[in-house]
Amino acid sequence: MSSSQITPDVVAAHQLSPAEYEKILSLLGREPSLTELGIFSVMWSEHCSYKSTRVHLKKLPTESALVLQGPGENAGIIDIGDGVAIAFKIESHNHPSFIEPFQGAATGVGGILRDIFTMGARPIAVLDSIRFGRLDDPETGARNRRILEGVVSGIAHYGNCFGVPTVGGECVFEKSYEGNPLVNVFALGVFKHNEVFYGKATGVGNPVIYVGAKTGRDGIHGASMASAEFTEESKQKRPNVQVGDPFMEKLLLEACLEAMKTGAIVGIQDMGAAGLTSSTCEMGSRAGTGVEIDLAQVPQREAGMTPYEMMLSESQERMLLVLSVFKKWGLDATEIGVVTNDGMLRVKQHGVVFAEIPNRALADEAPRYQRPFSKPLRSAPVTGRAMASQDLKADLKALLASGDLCSKRWIWEQYDYQVRTNTLAGPGADAAIVRIKGTNTSVAIALDGNGRYCALDPREGTKLIVAECCRNLSTVGALPIATTNNLNFGNPERPEIMAQIVESIEGLAEACKFFEVPVTGGNVSLYNETLGTPILPTPVVGIVGTLPTELPVPLRFPKAGLTVVLIGGLGAPELAEMGGTQYVKVIQDGLWGTPPKLDMAYEKRVQATVRELVRAKAVASAHDLGEGGLAVALAECSFGDGNMGADIRLDSELPREILLFHEGPSRILVATENLENVLAAAQRNSVHAAAIGVTLVARVTIRNGNDILIDSAVEDLKGLWAHALEHLLHNPVLV
Amino acid sequence: MKIGIVVFPGSNCDHDAWYAVSQNLREQAEFIWHETASLGNVDAVILPGGFAYGDYLRCGAIAKFSPVMSAVKRFAADGGLVLGVCNGFQVLTECGLLPGALVRNANLKFVCRPVKLEVATASSPFTHAAKKGQRLTIPVAHGEGCYIADEKTLDALQAEDRIALKYVDNPNGSLRNIAGVLNQQRNVMGMMPHPERVADPLMGGTDGLAILESLVHAGAPSHA
Repeated sequence: MSSSQITPDVVAAHQLSPAEYEKILSLLGREPSLTELGIFSVMWSEHCSYKSTRVHLKKLPTESALVLQGPGENAGIIDIGDGVAIAFKIESHNHPSFIEPFQGAATGVGGILRDIFTMGARPIAVLDSIRFGRLDDPETGARNRRILEGVVSGIAHYGNCFGVPTVGGECVFEKSYEGNPLVNVFALGVFKHNEVFYGKATGVGNPVIYVGAKTGRDGIHGASMASAEFTEESKQKRPNVQVGDPFMEKLLLEACLEAMKTGAIVGIQDMGAAGLTSSTCEMGSRAGTGVEIDLAQVPQREAGMTPYEMMLSESQERMLLVLSVFKKWGLDATEIGVVTNDGMLRVKQHGVVFAEIPNRALADEAPRYQRPFSKPLRSAPVTGRAMASQDLKADLKALLASGDLCSKRWIWEQYDYQVRTNTLAGPGADAAIVRIKGTNTSVAIALDGNGRYCALDPREGTKLIVAECCRNLSTVGALPIATTNNLNFGNPERPEIMAQIVESIEGLAEACKFFEVPVTGGNVSLYNETLGTPILPTPVVGIVGTLPTELPVPLRFPKAGLTVVLIGGLGAPELAEMGGTQYVKVIQDGLWGTPPKLDMAYEKRVQATVRELVRAKAVASAHDLGEGGLAVALAECSFGDGNMGADIRLDSELPREILLFHEGPSRILVATENLENVLAAAQRNSVHAAAIGVTLVARVTIRNGNDILIDSAVEDLKGLWAHALEHLLHNPVLV
Repeated sequence: MKIGIVVFPGSNCDHDAWYAVSQNLREQAEFIWHETASLGNVDAVILPGGFAYGDYLRCGAIAKFSPVMSAVKRFAADGGLVLGVCNGFQVLTECGLLPGALVRNANLKFVCRPVKLEVATASSPFTHAAKKGQRLTIPVAHGEGCYIADEKTLDALQAEDRIALKYVDNPNGSLRNIAGVLNQQRNVMGMMPHPERVADPLMGGTDGLAILESLVHAGAPSHA
């Protein structure tokens, strides 16, 4: 092995610091070869090692009676009873989706699906949290629209062909994401307790099998391209974004699940980020074994690839297993190596050793940083403009037609949200619900983020997001049981950004403990900055819950003459709490003040109340108040097929704009024929509840005392809301 | 009644069809692997939705060469009942068991939504449990569901009462709002909407049963 080629420039090009290189020297006791340096660079990257956040992620609660597998594996596993378990996780594909929206998003879906089925679980649901720049931005609007269209069709392409339903998600537009769109994909799978597989290379002498697509030069880390050796051989820069093949992945899924049933598989791991490198060393490290592979045996898409390229390739749809049924599905399955007893990752090609590194050094000895942090970055003012609306109905219309609050039907109709016939509640519901066939249990899933709240206060903002997810689940009758998260932030080497991260993680820890939803895994995406401008701090939280399999209680008012009850009360927010709302975003184009105040104990009691009522079928509809507040929630309740509106009569001292549009948590709207039952349940749980009106056909009217705040035909509001996104895409300059 | 459900690599509604037939209709259902050259003793065959062989080249273009399709052709020629749903419909047109072709939706986007259909004829083994003119709501989920054929073929389909299902709100630009067609012998039907997705009250509707119950109660094949 020649080592003369490792100059400080080469080390820097691999995004390794001088200190990190020193650590490599001491771990190896010699200079690394270029291949070894490449291997270290990907395994010790932020993406693979969580080196900036690991010390803080430890603060998250990870255990409960239902947690079968916490963080550290490909996905978390939760017991849902009857011997059945679910595996779920969220992952980001932010950077690739900006470079190449279609393939970036598609391979994001592919990657997270492999994480799920590599554990033995069949994926049954996907949700997406996607964020873009504003579609009507005069300068960047055209690009933002193109990225949105590409991302949506990429998700649709991969998920639809693979045969997993995309059952929900969220889509947000905000200036800060125009140079850094966020694409976070959540996937959930189901299996029996005795069908769980782990990524462990146990059993010295066992063969190591490579299955799936051939290895190509795609996805090799950009840093490696800058190194001297490869400018010669790789004349043109290969795309850093991989290309996905959902059909191949579908075959891989069926073959893997079938192979697992034979009992021949000892361990299995997908080749995701850092491909062959991470799968070999992580499987060896977990089992305390060595893995020796011969690259000459690896199925290759093109000739002349170097060991460096093969070890760093991120070609999609590949699996590594320690032990065969793959012929039937027409997949390449090749023995490429063997499990050894020396704990080393040994990479050979035609008898020459190109890398020899202790597995533990790669998988477990990555640097961990206590990065300095100060006060969270915050540019928003403490106070904002006073509100003096001339026309509250016009305000409501503007909110309903805004990118964040309008119907996302244009997006989710491109996704097959029904395949596998488990979708009891799909896109557009407060929480998605998928039944688990063969049991009487269904799983509900809520996915949420709020960069605006977190920009004002990352700790409180993150707690609000957890509360919102749990409220979404409770509103459909589910009991929240476990959490996954995707932390999207800027550059952690900036103390004010690191502070956002730390505060957000601590808020997540506090709320997840309180709501008893342990964190079983997740993903961290850092360096989301363009030209020094970071994105809004955007933790995205996915929480799953369980409920009995039944026809869901709808979000919309089903008929006239029902009593509308607001559980949780009107709230008593201060003006400052308006600064993060959609009202201020849409009407003032502003961001100031503080996020809404959250009383977690009260929130929990509100959730218990609605869960009890929904499960008892004591309510005919239920919808939680979220962004846009009471007025937007009431409008959404009226957008059913029958245009069933409501006559609402309030009696409040709050200023009109705050009364209608504040986003205080812990509030849920229900419609019922059994007012007494609803009030009694609220009383038992010590939460406020009051009848505020009655449902009626075709009109939404909201009065406060004698003051008519809103009076509109449902159709006028619904039309705007239903078509706003297409309008923004095709006629982006709105008057 | 025993229904065989063909599994191509890339089929992904195979299990849904199996579940609807075996769990919702309580009839026998079994999977038939694409490399099988014999259908065994099934009474009817469903070609399910999905992306057979990845739908590379053209939807259904590779599937038509699979061993199982030779068997399905023989089965159909002997009067056996064959229902193609979505990708199954595409495969049936590709291999010539049904006329016409399915091309990309008029708006070039995949569409998943419940659509209103009109039963255009009740005179078939796939629709006899419904009434002519009856409205059904059954979801579609496809990127290439726009039915096309030349004018002569369309006229013949109409004249011979072989248009089985028509869209009330056409989601994909299909000519003459065609959602499902029959072969001349009326023992093969292709349809883009997914009846297996609305065969269970929990899925928000049961209109798909009109099709599936017609099939399982169609009796033994006529062997015309």
